[in-house]
Amino acid sequence: MTRVGWIRLLVIVLAVGALELACRAGFVDHRVVIAPSEMAAALWRMIAAGQFTGEMTRTFGIVVAAVVIAIVLGFALGLLIHALPRVREALDPFFATYYAVPIFIFYPVLVAIFGLSPVPILLMGVATAIVAMIIATLNGLDRVPRVLTKVARVHRMGAVETALKLKLPAAAPYLFTGVKLATSYGFIGVIASEFILSPAGLGRVISDAYADFNNPRMYALILLLLIVAVVVNTGLHAWDQRWAERRGIRKP
Amino acid sequence: MTATARRTTDTLIILVVILLAWQALHHVVGETALPSPAPTLSYAAHFLFTARFIDNATATLVCFAYALALSYALGLAIGVWMGAHHLSGAVGEPILISLYTLPKITLYPVVLLIFGLALSGRVTFGAMHGVLPVALLTMNAIRNIPPVYLKAARTMHLSKAQTVFSVLLPATLPEVVAGLRIGFTLTLLGVLLAEMFAAKEGLGFLIVNAMQLVQNEEMITVAVVLFAFAAAANALLLWMEHRWFQRT
Repeated sequence: MTRVGWIRLLVIVLAVGALELACRAGFVDHRVVIAPSEMAAALWRMIAAGQFTGEMTRTFGIVVAAVVIAIVLGFALGLLIHALPRVREALDPFFATYYAVPIFIFYPVLVAIFGLSPVPILLMGVATAIVAMIIATLNGLDRVPRVLTKVARVHRMGAVETALKLKLPAAAPYLFTGVKLATSYGFIGVIASEFILSPAGLGRVISDAYADFNNPRMYALILLLLIVAVVVNTGLHAWDQRWAERRGIRKP
Repeated sequence: MTATARRTTDTLIILVVILLAWQALHHVVGETALPSPAPTLSYAAHFLFTARFIDNATATLVCFAYALALSYALGLAIGVWMGAHHLSGAVGEPILISLYTLPKITLYPVVLLIFGLALSGRVTFGAMHGVLPVALLTMNAIRNIPPVYLKAARTMHLSKAQTVFSVLLPATLPEVVAGLRIGFTLTLLGVLLAEMFAAKEGLGFLIVNAMQLVQNEEMITVAVVLFAFAAAANALLLWMEHRWFQRT
């Protein structure tokens, strides 16, 4: 690890250590924040006892489903919109302001339509993630070398074949950025919806634990969500950096 | 048809398509689930002037104003420090980026435990969302100042104040303003999320409350009003950015 990496690790360890000391010494009320070691211990006990595995499966399952749908549908829509330049121009202001609108305000509308099932949560996850994927797909397809379309014509390839064999690999580095963004937005969309209103799932259990003043359970699950989010996002980000060379941002 | 006229008609066509889709969805799911556009509009024309809406809108606006001031102040301070001090920037940037991609709503119960159901909790939560893009983009802006600018300032014997106001500020302004714009929308999102999850006033609270009372027209009116406000504010900020802060 580089020197900067060690310093960063030290900063994080010191921050967590300071919180631990503050909690143990009684500067922080244990009804507000519990010590990080207690959080980790509570999480460990929970996992060892197999408690809440149903909720974990449900929440992470919805996240995975939402992200996969957003990626596949986003790529397909991106392909379609890229082939219709006038539609793309018309949709441009819509895409530009999409992430400016707090999309969660429509979650209660979805609940009113679909009821208290996983469906509105899944739809919120897809809605949050899909436009990032569409924009990344449009970006990537813009950068497909023109000669490849000519190659497709020479080999008399159909539209689907051209898309899968030529455009997809050529646009892959940019598409991967879309995958990275879609994953983190999908995660945020699903978790936030579960917090606002949900019959089950990790968000629901956390908000119930908050209402019951059950701090060990609440903090254990918050810790779990944070760990999963950080690991997945950091992993995808590191992987995305490897594609940066092909995007021309870094030299090999 | 000129290009601008064509683009405006195309955008209007998209809006009409959205309204038609709304109407069609209403026919599919029924009145109790989703009211159609026309009654919603007439309801809105009356509802927007009631005390209920105005009081809650004011509450949201006040909370948003505080949260925005806090995000801008903190974000600019952190951004300037991390941009100017290279080691802090190198150490802190991945931490900020990780925090940026985190679903911060998971930390909201912690904020609630610390601040209770008071305004300060919602302001803090909104600021948590807005600080990060402002800090990250300001840091980048300062890092990307071409070193030759500083040398030129020294060659011309500019004072510290003159260097800051005539060289550094104009050099960083476009990116900083972009950060402020993104901070605006994210702070609004944070404040609304806070109100939807746990509050007794505010437009977010109105939406969730209306849903719980099956007042669907009220719910969708507030949602559409917020959507229009956010879209208009963002369009205005974008226009300002292009008009006044873009490098030619």
